Amino acid sequence: MRADIARQAYRGRTASIGFAHGPFVRVDAEPCGQRATGTPEDEKLALRAALESAGRQIALLANAAGGEAAQILEFQVALLDDEDFLDPVFAAIAAGAPADAAWSSALDEQIADYSSAPDEYLQARSSDLVDLRDRVLRTLRGGAIAAPRVPGGAVICAEDLPPSRFLEIDWSSGGGVALLRGSPTSHVALLARSRGIPMVVQLGSVVEPARAALLDGERATLELDPNSEQIDVFERRREAHRKSRAAAHAILRRPAASWGGEKIRLLINVQRVQDLEHADAQYADGIGLMRTEFLLGEKAGLPDEETQYLAYDAVLRWAGKRPVTIRTFDAGGDKPVPGFTQDGEANPFLGVRGLRLCLARPDVFAVQLRALGRAAMHGNLKVMFPMVTAPDELEAARKIFADIVDKLQAEGTPAALPELGIMVEVPAAALTIERFKAAFFSIGSNDLAQYVTACDRTNGALGKLLDPLQPAVLELIGRTVQYGKRAGVSVSLCGEMAGDPRCVPALLSCGLRELSVNPSALAQVKQAIDGLGSGGARD
Amino acid sequence: MLETSEANGQDFTGSVRLIHAVGMHARPAVKLTKLAKKFKAHISIRASDAVEWINAKSVAKVMALRVARDSIIEIKASGEDAESAVAALVDLVATDFPDSG
Repeated sequence: MRADIARQAYRGRTASIGFAHGPFVRVDAEPCGQRATGTPEDEKLALRAALESAGRQIALLANAAGGEAAQILEFQVALLDDEDFLDPVFAAIAAGAPADAAWSSALDEQIADYSSAPDEYLQARSSDLVDLRDRVLRTLRGGAIAAPRVPGGAVICAEDLPPSRFLEIDWSSGGGVALLRGSPTSHVALLARSRGIPMVVQLGSVVEPARAALLDGERATLELDPNSEQIDVFERRREAHRKSRAAAHAILRRPAASWGGEKIRLLINVQRVQDLEHADAQYADGIGLMRTEFLLGEKAGLPDEETQYLAYDAVLRWAGKRPVTIRTFDAGGDKPVPGFTQDGEANPFLGVRGLRLCLARPDVFAVQLRALGRAAMHGNLKVMFPMVTAPDELEAARKIFADIVDKLQAEGTPAALPELGIMVEVPAAALTIERFKAAFFSIGSNDLAQYVTACDRTNGALGKLLDPLQPAVLELIGRTVQYGKRAGVSVSLCGEMAGDPRCVPALLSCGLRELSVNPSALAQVKQAIDGLGSGGARD
Repeated sequence: MLETSEANGQDFTGSVRLIHAVGMHARPAVKLTKLAKKFKAHISIRASDAVEWINAKSVAKVMALRVARDSIIEIKASGEDAESAVAALVDLVATDFPDSG
């Protein structure tokens, strides 16, 4: 019965990276048998017993798992002990409803309520309630109470897997999870990531039985009853993944990059909140550039204050005490936004873009500044303006922002004016940097190089001239850094060249000590700085 | 922020700003109800902009309040240990639900 013909690979979404090769085990809950309904008194006792039993099972799991898992389960335990929550269930039983029906309908109501909640934290609780509902129902209906017997290292396949079921499985010899539905933001995904168990979700429908499976959390694939060739490929990928992670992690985990005895701060650029899920993001010293244009493209119309506030708040919460620099809308140029940017400009790169556009559209700018002013109450927020050419623009933006913060405070809404800085990407600003009263400078090397070399950065034919290591570009970077040192204003660089290991030595030689790169480049940049060794600073 | 007052013969009240990053979600709600249950007093809470008081010992009710960050929470208690109950709950919220609690 050996299958030597390659079978179809199922593709889903990655919820937790890693590789698993082992027995294929379906753990779908078989439909529980109907139970005979007794008198209201019997039903009350049956539910009491089931609640107690479920409480004991969950407490055991929480104790064994500890940490984050215990906190996830604590909410379920508290619900089992909540008279206000249980009273209506017992009232329904007293009125003649069977225990399982009364319990289900009370839980279903809560589940629907949480599922429709506007915020993702409350939504995530609905799967916890499903977990609790099903555990009590299994006990009531006499379904499998014992933990599913799963061989070590197995690839578990289910429609969805509630957190408590995940915790009942022994993962000590590895294994993986393949879910037909599920979500990368669920609690069970969080548990899988924290334990390094690969998990692929949203695989759709997997109907055929199989004895073995390959689960590739990187490519988000599931292969059933693989032939020897598939196994070879899989094992090679697993080994390559292991080696590259080990090398990068060894370097990433070191406390800080340093060069010539000076600390080099490595921050990350994020395009959207989800970028923080990158496995390496946690090793960053902060967020050097959070772009906000993603908010403009999400739905029809421009984003409201609350949508923006939640996004900024999520990033600040993630960063904790680490600094977060958020850039105000940088639309225009090669980033047109219907209803916001100006149509029909002959040369959009030299047009009304960046801060120029925000100052021309105070209605849109005000909404963003309100959200930022509120977000500044928590965490270490800095705000920077893009495409600043003259000091007047910075001062105009500062005035608008300060007025908005005053207004928020007068309304009784907590708000603060964060540190304000500018992107240095227009040569006029770089050449007269001492005229800008900014709290920090962030060099946008992509646009700076484009404007200094007069090369449209979207025109591939000009690639050679647009070399970021062009002496004129380095000259302006060096001037900005030297002025920053004299004036005590911090300077960082957040363009593509910061993430290019070939450019890193030149940037450090210019005097830069703060680089902001994409999360995926963090390891290689740290490795590059490390590789410069004790050669020491030349300046 | 921490204030308690004797509103009448039996009721003690207090109010405190919720500073927890994600508002009154599961973890703070569990901590609050656990602490409330240590007291014999009847304890109610509400968000200051709400009308209805709810039982501070019910995690389902406390979660359902969906108190957002920076809201003011009002706490009211009656019974033998009402005064210390209000003080303890105000302190729990004001200190952002420390883990030792």
